[in-house]
Amino acid sequence: MKTLNTIIRELFGLFVDDSTLALALLVLLSVVALLVHKTWIDTSQTAVLLVAGSIAVLIENIVRSGRQGQA
Amino acid sequence: MLDWIHAGPSMTAAFVASTVEVVEAMTIVLAVGTVRGWRSALLGAISGLASLAIMVLLFGPAIAQIPLAMLQVVVGALLLLFGMRWLRKAILRYGGFIALHDEDAAFARETQQMRGIAAREGRAWDPIAVATTFKAVMLEGIEVVVIVLGVGAVGGMLAPASIGALAACVLVTIVAFLLRRPLSLVPENALKFTVGVLISAFGLFWFGEGIGISWPYRDAAILGLAALLLVASRLAVAYLRQTKSRKQVSSLSEGAIS
Repeated sequence: MKTLNTIIRELFGLFVDDSTLALALLVLLSVVALLVHKTWIDTSQTAVLLVAGSIAVLIENIVRSGRQGQA
Repeated sequence: MLDWIHAGPSMTAAFVASTVEVVEAMTIVLAVGTVRGWRSALLGAISGLASLAIMVLLFGPAIAQIPLAMLQVVVGALLLLFGMRWLRKAILRYGGFIALHDEDAAFARETQQMRGIAAREGRAWDPIAVATTFKAVMLEGIEVVVIVLGVGAVGGMLAPASIGALAACVLVTIVAFLLRRPLSLVPENALKFTVGVLISAFGLFWFGEGIGISWPYRDAAILGLAALLLVASRLAVAYLRQTKSRKQVSSLSEGAIS
């Protein structure tokens, strides 16, 4: 049971280290998927939003970590 | 005929990511083997590998049953989370905000821990050694399996991704057993940085495909996405280094004033 718990914890940790980064990415992906599903934007705009949004999320996280002076 | 524009990045991503994971597992196997004996250390490692193989055999065919678009969305999202996590850590390490991973220190820590636990006399196998290497191989191996399935399962590139991962396992094992010491010279942060960029690019590509984006230049777009992520990450590293040096200068001047 303990080994199973460790494996589950490790599996979760594979994708989530900084919870704000993971959450921001998931929100971005959900918004992008919703916009495409509702056909509010075309696919080329979606591609730009997806790529630029992901990079922006990463940069914001790095800048915040840098300001706080820790990871 | 293998499509190398797509197979190349899949194989490279699996090889580089697996190298990082295998080096970490190998450090523990070497520490346990050196202190508690090779027979038990290798039994645990081989049992871990066998368990991983069973896991792949169980989950591999199940993945093939999932509709392609759903698989692309789920795998894409997971790869993006996984890749960005590695990339963030590698950027913070390059920027000097978190310490670099030190295999020599990990080896010393594990060796000390193993010495601290008394071995039971008269036993053919050392259960502590078997359990420790089993757990190490299993946990690091799960990451390798996730990477191989992630970069390989969606685009029909499971074979190149598996070859990449297998090559990393064989290479690291041979080098580790020739040297009989942790592979601290492996540039782990550079590898993690590269993997973070590649895996994130795969994640964006597959998620986009899954929701209906038709990328320009099709599969070759992965390389373009990787290039964009690389540029952004290099800029982030430069920003962190500048922030760090500014903080050092201001703390030095504060010290001089007081």
